[in-house]
Amino acid sequence: MKNGKRFSPKHWAVLRQIESGDLWGLDRNAMSSRTAGLAARTKNADRAVGSICPYCAVGCGQLVYVKDEKIIDIEGDPASPISNGCLCPKGAATFQLVTATHRVHHVLYRRPYGTEWEQIPLDRAMNMLAERVKKARDDRWEDNSPEGDPLHRTMSMAHLGGATLDNEENYLIKKLFTALGIVQIENQARI
Amino acid sequence: MGTSYGRGGATTFQQDLQNADVIVIQGSNMAECHPVGFRWVMKARERGATIIHVDPRFTRTSAVANIHVPIRAGSDIAFLGGIINYILKNDRYFKDYVIHYTNAPAIVSDEFRDTEDLDGLFSGWNQQTTQYDKESWMYKGVDPAPAAGKREAGADRRGPIRAEHTDPTLQHPRCVFQILKRHYSRYTPEVVEETCGIPKALLIKVAETLCRNSGRERTGAFCYAVGWTQHSVGVQYIRTAAIIQLLLGNIGRPGGGIMALRGHASIQGSTDIPTLYNLLPGYLPMPKAKSDATLADYCRNNESPSGWWGEFPKYFVSLMKAYFGGAAQKENDWCYDYLPTLSGDHSHMNTVADMADGKLKGYFVMGENPSVGSMNGALQRKGLRKLDWLVVRDFQLIETAEFWRDAPEIHRGEVKTKDIATEVFFFPGAAHTEKSGSFTNTQRLLQWHHKAVEPPGDCRSELDFIYHLGVRLKKLYARELNERRNWPIRDLTWNYPTEGPRHEVVAESILEEINGYTTSDGKPVAGYTSLKDDGSTACGTWIYSGCYRDGINMTARRKPHWEQNWVAHDWAWSWPSNRRLMYNRASADPEGRPWSDRKKLVWWDEQKKRWDGYDTPDFIADRPPSYRPSKEARGKDTISGIDPFIMQADGKGWIFVPAGLEDGPLPTHYEPEESVIRNPLYGQQCNPARMEWRRRDNPYHRAFEDPRFPYVLTTYRLTEHHTAGGMSRWLSWLSELQPEMFCEVSPELASERGLANGGWATIRTARAEIEARVLVTERMKPLRVRGRTIHQIGLPYHWSSRGIVVGDTANELIMFVADPNVSIQESKAFTGMIEAGRKSKERRAVTSGAFVKQIDPEYWQRDLPIARNRGGGPHDSKAVETKEGNM
Amino acid sequence: MPAKGFFTDTTLCIGCKACEVACKQWNQLPDDGFFFTGMSYDNTVALGASTWRHVAFIERPVPLQTQDAGAFSWLFSSDVCKHCARAGCLESCPTGAIVRTEFESVYVQPDVCNGCGYCVVNCPFGVIDRRSDDNRAWKCTLCYDRLREDMQPACAKACPTESIKFGDLDHLRAEARARVEDLHEKGLREAYLYGEDEHSQPGTGGLNAFFLLVDKPEVYNLPPDPVVPTKKAKDAWTSMGVAAAGMALAAVGAVLWGKER
Repeated sequence: MKNGKRFSPKHWAVLRQIESGDLWGLDRNAMSSRTAGLAARTKNADRAVGSICPYCAVGCGQLVYVKDEKIIDIEGDPASPISNGCLCPKGAATFQLVTATHRVHHVLYRRPYGTEWEQIPLDRAMNMLAERVKKARDDRWEDNSPEGDPLHRTMSMAHLGGATLDNEENYLIKKLFTALGIVQIENQARI
Repeated sequence: MGTSYGRGGATTFQQDLQNADVIVIQGSNMAECHPVGFRWVMKARERGATIIHVDPRFTRTSAVANIHVPIRAGSDIAFLGGIINYILKNDRYFKDYVIHYTNAPAIVSDEFRDTEDLDGLFSGWNQQTTQYDKESWMYKGVDPAPAAGKREAGADRRGPIRAEHTDPTLQHPRCVFQILKRHYSRYTPEVVEETCGIPKALLIKVAETLCRNSGRERTGAFCYAVGWTQHSVGVQYIRTAAIIQLLLGNIGRPGGGIMALRGHASIQGSTDIPTLYNLLPGYLPMPKAKSDATLADYCRNNESPSGWWGEFPKYFVSLMKAYFGGAAQKENDWCYDYLPTLSGDHSHMNTVADMADGKLKGYFVMGENPSVGSMNGALQRKGLRKLDWLVVRDFQLIETAEFWRDAPEIHRGEVKTKDIATEVFFFPGAAHTEKSGSFTNTQRLLQWHHKAVEPPGDCRSELDFIYHLGVRLKKLYARELNERRNWPIRDLTWNYPTEGPRHEVVAESILEEINGYTTSDGKPVAGYTSLKDDGSTACGTWIYSGCYRDGINMTARRKPHWEQNWVAHDWAWSWPSNRRLMYNRASADPEGRPWSDRKKLVWWDEQKKRWDGYDTPDFIADRPPSYRPSKEARGKDTISGIDPFIMQADGKGWIFVPAGLEDGPLPTHYEPEESVIRNPLYGQQCNPARMEWRRRDNPYHRAFEDPRFPYVLTTYRLTEHHTAGGMSRWLSWLSELQPEMFCEVSPELASERGLANGGWATIRTARAEIEARVLVTERMKPLRVRGRTIHQIGLPYHWSSRGIVVGDTANELIMFVADPNVSIQESKAFTGMIEAGRKSKERRAVTSGAFVKQIDPEYWQRDLPIARNRGGGPHDSKAVETKEGNM
Repeated sequence: MPAKGFFTDTTLCIGCKACEVACKQWNQLPDDGFFFTGMSYDNTVALGASTWRHVAFIERPVPLQTQDAGAFSWLFSSDVCKHCARAGCLESCPTGAIVRTEFESVYVQPDVCNGCGYCVVNCPFGVIDRRSDDNRAWKCTLCYDRLREDMQPACAKACPTESIKFGDLDHLRAEARARVEDLHEKGLREAYLYGEDEHSQPGTGGLNAFFLLVDKPEVYNLPPDPVVPTKKAKDAWTSMGVAAAGMALAAVGAVLWGKER
């Protein structure tokens, strides 16, 4: 029926039951066409992408199933020697973490003394930020200590974060900030 | 770990736990916090191994352990010290291992005095600086001058530390072994019972189980997590276990080792490639303003004439080539003076204190939530209020982003939103499924995750954010590049390939730089042994070198485990050089033969004249066991055939740490900053070298027996949530499983304080007060210590005011105080008060002053006995005047 | 197709609830509300329309014989639909919404269910439940959709400690019996199987999802002697029902059947 087929009494479960002598409707003859066509949604995925769980540091393997550029399922990767396909409740909730509605999709800005968030374009926010970084650095640059020791730095800015980020990200953070003369760079390893 | 064995990482890998005969889990609630890693513990248990869980609470780990040992929070060194004493008293140590592979035979300086002699202090205590002068801890006859190290990672100040005098019979009264014996002789079962609340028989049972399962045929492992690190003497907790494992011969062998269980996907990675102030990638130290004025100074202070750190200049020069490319030349000292320098401790809590004092303008917070996850949240927010601008990058508006309109002090009316000048930028982050990159897990394994879909809207990866910020800054500085201070920006190599409509950086190109390449042709190097100090190689992180060898992303390898042996070398890539079990030379005896067939891993193949085995040998591949260095040997050539700990200057596992620690060469039991009892072992109450922040907005309780705060508080995670909640409190599937903040108390404490299960309680410290639901449970056991009943209160710390489940934040209760070696705070043992009902007025010491009733000045006594005379500490802590006497 | 099922070995459970979440993820189930119960670490309380795996937490003042932890132990058990050999829900369903699959599991067809609720009262375990928004009955499907692709159910796959085992029932039963013997040898004399076959649980004809427990069933909130209500009713009705309903419907059916052919 779903497929636009003509009504057939065979769809009437009771009749199929009678045909097979399954009078109590206890057998699979009572299956609807939906049930008959049931299949794991991952079957039709365009691809399964190898990934790693983003929560703790056990490092469980994950497979991310994608269909039409949307994630349809995330579960453990059986091939992983660490996790053998298992996940804990957090890992099993990764699908919700990355797809649910709690995520903010736009840059938000709170002006000084403001009482509300304002949405601003990403590009503008990046420009504003770069200007502020430059100003903080230029205003508070230290060439030498009062005792004459070399400093080459600014203590006007600090960074916190890294334990949840990729190695490549930590690398660029450390590299850029060190070049800017920022030393107060820290992460969760100390928290 | 760094100071004991040479590298700051777990010595083994999780799957290897299945080979253990005994596993001690202490300072970790592994079943709850690392359930899938715990899979391997369960496999060991099913094979017949004994699982021992030492924890103040009976947790889901205890529930499936063979033995649960309830312990008073903050007394682990006393317990482990009791085990050391048992091993030594009963001659249960692994003699051949101890003599050949540890520094037990080394003879220590005649000047050294132990805590036995000085009532809890080591020699060298300087009352003025409140720090140790560490010269007297050195081996006899070795110049201690350059060896004044600091960091646990073993990154600081390496000297020519190689014992001049040894006694292989271990009988010399000043050899490490005898010092150790004396040091722990007072850690008797009786004293352990008095200190930890652990019955004598239980200590002996644990010690005996450990001993019985060690030796040639059997091995045991330790697992720890932040239950050990988050103490004012945290590094020494780990050191105590490190000593036990050396004495029992459990390092470098299958089923042995110390498994550090880390809590974030890439927390090991963020230490290896540090977003940490004191390190450059690969545990190279940041230059110090005072001592490292020139490259020559810096190298002299850090390279070691013996052991692996003789290679230091190769790693450093290659890093500078990676950072500054062609600009880094021999003539300009490879741009050494482009690097900013350190003039003290610039770690997180100091930064926050400075922020609260108005010394900072800008702050980047990426994937963290310090308002909830850090200590004394109110002080954190005070800092945020004093900033010009704050950047928060996360999935959703976490509490740190909303500090200006949603915080206890705002609700209480003490701080008004319209008075807060801080500009806040919130950038939505891309999820791990929306970017490619590598995480380094708890066993040093780099695993690549591939981008599956595009990030939604303006969500971007941190990689993208930093790259484009750098591009913009280079542009902004375009006209000022000739100014000396801007040269680092000018010369910073930043020409990464981008892809896609959003011009995202190709993450693999960064990994390639991390791996290293030859500067002439840009070809990836094969590993760190290929690095040079002549500028011909560039390498972003020497310990990761080899992760992109031959242009292949080794971290992305996903060969199924069923197609390889249990070590699974072809799954991803681990540092160093894809070795999975570090120091594995020690799995063979001095002659290079496995200690036993049952525990074989790596051995010397006399035919091939090479080390061979199931794992990549963590040793110089062709160095025979019989090799002994000549007097003239330098660098790697000093590593003898029986030196399994190749990163140590003397190749030995360090039972006694002659250099590299701030608070003593041997672990010593000190009480936490705030304790319910006096230190039963020594007159010295707390770790004398700990870091304090004595400020009005960070009040401390009395060091012991503070009548206002009679209970022990400890914080922890639950399986169902993740850290400060940013990745769990917004998810319905996790939130419904643990929907509210609660505290765990024993039935005895419940009746003492009138607490009802399912009802409410208010928990109070001098910093803050919070409310929580009450869970009365027999899993919390009151302990008997020195005839007194000690009650402990458990506090999970996941909640705050945003998300779909909300609750008060446990970390608001905790003060700033830290371990002197690694600046990690003490959140696993402190004191507080609990009362029934919802009595919180949302008060915070930061905004309303110390709101608890002021008490007599002598209650400010922080310590015994030395703090009575304590001057201004090293951490800007003008000591409060204290009175003599009245002890 | 061999019969498939679960063997849940509670002595391997660490109470992590990965099964609960993996189930919700695969089946895209809503939350069950956010209520702190004060009952140990159990805040989802019971199986229901949107919780198809549920972990029970039992704190009891009784030691385990294999554990040195004082006079106390903490038991965990992941409960699930038992897919009974004689399923009360299926036998009482008047619409044919509930079927037995080729894997011998019991499956509720959401497109057929009309929300009458007969099944709810006829489950001796209180497993099947109606969802308040659409009134339809829901429960564990044994991941029928995954089984069709030769994948194991989401809960069993996620379980970090292999407490939930999925497989051919014959194998699972043999494995479970060996496991009990092994545990007895190790000193855990309390270990026994709950509902592993018709012999041990005649009231349900045996469970296709059975358990290894170490205390009385009631302790885990399981009935000690479950009996499928329709089993009793059916004994009385069978003779009459077959005759009357069968004859009447056969007549009608024959006509229609013939037409389509």
